[in-house]
Amino acid sequence: MSESESKVVFQRPHALLPVVTNYCPGCTHGIVNRLVAETLDELDVEGSAVGVAPVGCSVMAYDFFGCDMIEAAHGRAPAVATAVKRVHPDNVVFAYQGDGDLASIGMAETVHAATRGENITVIFINNAIYGMTGGQMAPTSLPNQVTQTSPYGRDVATAGFPVRVCELLSSLDGVAYLERVTVDSPKNVRKAKKAIKRAFQNQIDKKGYSLVEVVATCPTNWGMTPQEAFEWMRENMLPYYPLGVYKDVEADGFANAAEAAAARAAACPIAQKGRE
Amino acid sequence: MEKVLMKGNEALAESAMRAGCRFFFGYPITPQTELAAYMSKNMPKVGGTYLQAESEVAAINMVYGASAAGARVMTSSSSPGISLKGEGISYMAGADLPGVIINVQRGGPGLGGIQPSQSDYFQATKATGHGDFQVVVYAPSTVQEMADIAYEAFDVADKYRTPVMILADGMLGQMMEPVALPQPKDPADLPEKPWACTGHGGKRPHNVANSLYLTADALEKLNVERFQRYEAIKAAEQRAESYLADDADIVLVAFGASARVARSAVNAARAEGIKAGLVRPITLWPFPEKALEATIASAKEYLVVEMNMGQMVEDVRLCIEGRRPVEFYGRCGGVIPTPAEVLEQIRAIQGRLNDAQEKEGE
Repeated sequence: MSESESKVVFQRPHALLPVVTNYCPGCTHGIVNRLVAETLDELDVEGSAVGVAPVGCSVMAYDFFGCDMIEAAHGRAPAVATAVKRVHPDNVVFAYQGDGDLASIGMAETVHAATRGENITVIFINNAIYGMTGGQMAPTSLPNQVTQTSPYGRDVATAGFPVRVCELLSSLDGVAYLERVTVDSPKNVRKAKKAIKRAFQNQIDKKGYSLVEVVATCPTNWGMTPQEAFEWMRENMLPYYPLGVYKDVEADGFANAAEAAAARAAACPIAQKGRE
Repeated sequence: MEKVLMKGNEALAESAMRAGCRFFFGYPITPQTELAAYMSKNMPKVGGTYLQAESEVAAINMVYGASAAGARVMTSSSSPGISLKGEGISYMAGADLPGVIINVQRGGPGLGGIQPSQSDYFQATKATGHGDFQVVVYAPSTVQEMADIAYEAFDVADKYRTPVMILADGMLGQMMEPVALPQPKDPADLPEKPWACTGHGGKRPHNVANSLYLTADALEKLNVERFQRYEAIKAAEQRAESYLADDADIVLVAFGASARVARSAVNAARAEGIKAGLVRPITLWPFPEKALEATIASAKEYLVVEMNMGQMVEDVRLCIEGRRPVEFYGRCGGVIPTPAEVLEQIRAIQGRLNDAQEKEGE
């Protein structure tokens, strides 16, 4: 085959550095890291992007993404991203967080960044467990799920119920876009990519806060093969965390989150002050 | 220079803005309220950002983010709020990020009270957060000095890439004095920060702001390097005021609000013929060892006056190394010592010195 006939059809995205990650075999972080990097490439924003890594399995994402990166304290990525975006409003700022980081220790930062309508993108990996520390119960661990710290299964009578993040955030006015996806099949990977790209495009278009929740697996700490883990996820997690769009102000006919919020508060005179 | 009458808290805020600070993240707490209110009113006028965070924890992590993004940034709080910021300050130190943190101290522990106190000396100088690190700590004692130090603190923070704390208290924060404000700086004229996360624009390798090092050797090496920087700070940045201390038999050591009281007591003692003087640390870290050492030849005894149960007195004893007696007088919980109380302490020491001299003469 001559050189003119050969064509590159698949390669490492430029925004993903040529390094070996610390992710376990079969972990879905690698897929999502790649989708984020592809998005940065396709939107041509690697050079203006600043990513914020969490504490958790993706703690070292600052070594994997080629854009400028900041490693945040546990749970504080939305606060860090908020400030970076305020300093550089024209840069693309994203946080990449797991369930313990985003929905437990960092819940206050998550909710408040969302309700402030921070024009940032959040990628949320929900694998229902604390992976980095060896498999403890997470805020999203399912009822009766066995983990290192729920060895008899998560007893909702004492440990309470899991948090459904997209549903929770969907009530907040600053939010432009929420979608829950997964990456268990080529079809779902493509859908996840579309959602992630949309969440970044929203930021470029200044629509408000966007979050994509990726229902993910943790074969290592679930004690399963990758295939079994996907099977368990489809059987147990997806009924509890249904895939789909939980908020999309654009689809609702609004230019951005602020417009949608104003319409919602149409009957509140003080909230309409200063508007046309 | 034209002077304006301002509260200490407002002078800190105005001076920070004049130093080119355009980002303020805070959370309401007494007695620093005027500072945040001033920022919320005036930051928008200069195109700056005032953001009321959801907590002190969020606020300090916003400081971390804005600093990593290259901005001059500040937060302010009071004692319980500073405890919450401790983790974030440790991360800033670990990632070598500059920033200015104001503590307008109130009495503790716990929720404590809202009256002035100096009970966060240990926290500021020894254990602001976990890990091996220091922050530069300034202790102004007048509204003018608050303005001057807030202006300078950003330069020091940037120069050494370290968090800087200004340790004020409820008395200094709330009191009004005439102040000459420094010249405003344009943030655009400030030195570049090539390490900042601003987006690499395809022109350089990516910058990373981080405090995680999983290899023990790498982490040790970084800590050792950072402590070499601390040695440079110790050599260059110690500051103190000596007041009538050159020939003093009794040297008082006091900072911030209690130094004002101590100065009055020194004046009263001098009027009685007692050779008292004052060393007033302006930097609490680095502790002004040199200024204290300069008094050892004439000093017969030291008296440390603080608004706490005895904190800085330990650093004074470390400097004096047992060569002279070091006494302590303190009030706490929001009680401010009076000059008369401190004068009583000076008289008592003088009495002992006289007795000792008489004995020697026998």
